[in-house]
Amino acid sequence: MLKTEQMVLNMGPQHPSTHGVLRLELELDGEIIVNVIPHLGYLHRCFEKHCEAMTYPQIIPYVDRMDYLASMSNELGYAIAVERLLDIKVPERVEYIRVIMAELQRIASHMVAVGTYGIDIGAFTPFLYLFRDRERILTLFEKTCGARLLYNYIWVGGLSHDLPLNFVNETRDFLNDFKKTLVEVNNLLSYNKIFIERTANIGILPLDAAINYGITGANLRASGLKWDLRRNDPYSIYDRFDFEIPVGEGLHGTAGDCWDRYYIRLLEMEQSIRIIEQALEQLPEGDIASAIPKRIKPVEGQLYTRVENPKGELGYFIVSKGQLQPFRVKVRPPSFVNLSVLGELCKGHLIADVIAILGSIDIVLGEVDR
Amino acid sequence: MYEFFANLFGSDIIASFLSGAIPFIFIVPFALFAVWLERKVSAHMQDRLGPMRVGYHGWLQTVADILKLIQKEDITASDTDKKLFNIAPVLVFMGSYAAFAAIPFSSAYIGTGIDLGIIYIVAVSGLVVAGILMAGWASNNKYSLYGAVRSAAQVVSYEIPTVLVILTIVIVVGSLNLTKITEFQTARFWDWMIFGGSVAGVKKLILIPFMLIGFIILYISSLAETNRTPFDIPEAESELVGGYHTEYSGMKFAMFFLAEYANMFAVSAVAATLFFGGYHSPFGYLGNLIGLPWLVPVEQFLWFASKGIFFVFVQMWLRWTLPRLRVDQLMSLCWKYLIPVAFVNFLIVALIMVL
Repeated sequence: MLKTEQMVLNMGPQHPSTHGVLRLELELDGEIIVNVIPHLGYLHRCFEKHCEAMTYPQIIPYVDRMDYLASMSNELGYAIAVERLLDIKVPERVEYIRVIMAELQRIASHMVAVGTYGIDIGAFTPFLYLFRDRERILTLFEKTCGARLLYNYIWVGGLSHDLPLNFVNETRDFLNDFKKTLVEVNNLLSYNKIFIERTANIGILPLDAAINYGITGANLRASGLKWDLRRNDPYSIYDRFDFEIPVGEGLHGTAGDCWDRYYIRLLEMEQSIRIIEQALEQLPEGDIASAIPKRIKPVEGQLYTRVENPKGELGYFIVSKGQLQPFRVKVRPPSFVNLSVLGELCKGHLIADVIAILGSIDIVLGEVDR
Repeated sequence: MYEFFANLFGSDIIASFLSGAIPFIFIVPFALFAVWLERKVSAHMQDRLGPMRVGYHGWLQTVADILKLIQKEDITASDTDKKLFNIAPVLVFMGSYAAFAAIPFSSAYIGTGIDLGIIYIVAVSGLVVAGILMAGWASNNKYSLYGAVRSAAQVVSYEIPTVLVILTIVIVVGSLNLTKITEFQTARFWDWMIFGGSVAGVKKLILIPFMLIGFIILYISSLAETNRTPFDIPEAESELVGGYHTEYSGMKFAMFFLAEYANMFAVSAVAATLFFGGYHSPFGYLGNLIGLPWLVPVEQFLWFASKGIFFVFVQMWLRWTLPRLRVDQLMSLCWKYLIPVAFVNFLIVALIMVL
């Protein structure tokens, strides 16, 4: 008998497909994965500790830097949390603009997820099509608040700027063009035979395991549970809009495989388009700054607020001791929790599948490490 | 060509050197052009412009890149096997370069008209695998090793359907000599092998579907042999960083690059020679029409280069459209589908030719 031993392959933190500075320690038997150990912390910036030394509005720019692909959604969650602490009611117009921004951000974030997933599988072109369109969302954001990635736009009680001239029409134009891109991406990637071969029946996450691991967002829905906080625990004005919650059906394999996780994101983009169209239709006039408090000093208390981020359930646990600074801010980062299932999913697959599975979970290291 | 130089200079050494250097005059400009073309093709497919600054529409970009690569420091990592590490890129390039010796560019030029032509090409292309294995092993890098082992398995496997298809052609033509195979597909395009060659009678019509199957198999395997998408598993960027050439930089990396593009043209040229009439024009020659017979070989060369570049373009087209297969899927495609189909195809063509 030939003596064989397992090989340890160090993937990352500098690797094209670990989506940031994630380091995976792969124990391999030939090309087959025996064990995966993720090593985190390369991007740790002490977000939670920083919060204890800053006033409530000062925290917003730091919130942007958690999931830097979905800054608007992070801000929305934080603003809602502090507003609940202060018991503020924000104006209608602000609510609508917030929803429009959060949903545009969801589209942008899913574009990155789908596009980079294509690269992980080896198809480069859809990535650039999606980034071309993402650029238009970023331009809309830039016109609104001057920033393209880290906005500091959604403030406690209001917004930093009102919408620019012609925003509604430009957004409508973008949505109409983007529908065509979605068809194109579907043809190039989703229904491509090679792509299906690579992703269907790979990294199957059964529903019970998903719930046990605390998986949320698109990954949970891909496993078959209709769970979306916009519906199940409505915040802002999401209860006014008509939209579907797509769930994984295992069209090309088993429910909860990589293809489902990927495809759910495409379906969710379509639903986001519907929400934005309705919000643009109903957008009321009004003042956006009327409810912004001069001094934020909540009474003693604590609360947990959660919102449906593109990556999953983003939760803020804020403890106030009646001071200008929060006593404690704890974040429940969806990427971090979703990443915990990686080792389970990868066992027994090949090296190439690790990339496919990691990409389908869609993590952002800025949020995993904070 | 060798005989021509031997008569001219009366020396075997000069003749060998000169006839060996001629393909180089073609390969280097071709590689520069192909790299530029690849960038432009990918750019226009992806709704962008690609290189635009150096020269008109960036046509000097690859020249600038080569100048940069020449100036780069030649890094050899500390624990590499220096000898193998340095030989490997040369061997890889040699494998793809040697193949050009037997490719008939026109009726007037072929490096060496040996009778084993096509088998010789298959054999020397096999050297590339040795170079890649050496590069992967000598780099002392696990990613390189994975890339090299995958590449060896892949190229060795895909040579089998290639050879089976080549044998199909050889049965129809009755020769391994590439010039003879080309001459078999004489004047017009309906005599090309893909349309049954210049076989007489009903047999020609019966051959057409089997030739089509043969060509598709040959083209798929040639993609795998040149490590192009959807079979670029040895250098799968998203998994293995750079595959077997992860540790290479500067001119050694450029050698791998040059070899890849030379190889792309070599397999395209073989496909064109076997199935699309080689250097023959589909419509007849201008030189014959206006009574300048020396113009014919030049036209033939242009036709040959255009056919080769067309197939290179198709390779690029596929690369920027398709995702990548996985290792096991790649192997099962070869062993479960291509080889049996190629073998049955081979038997049927043999039967048609015998009857």
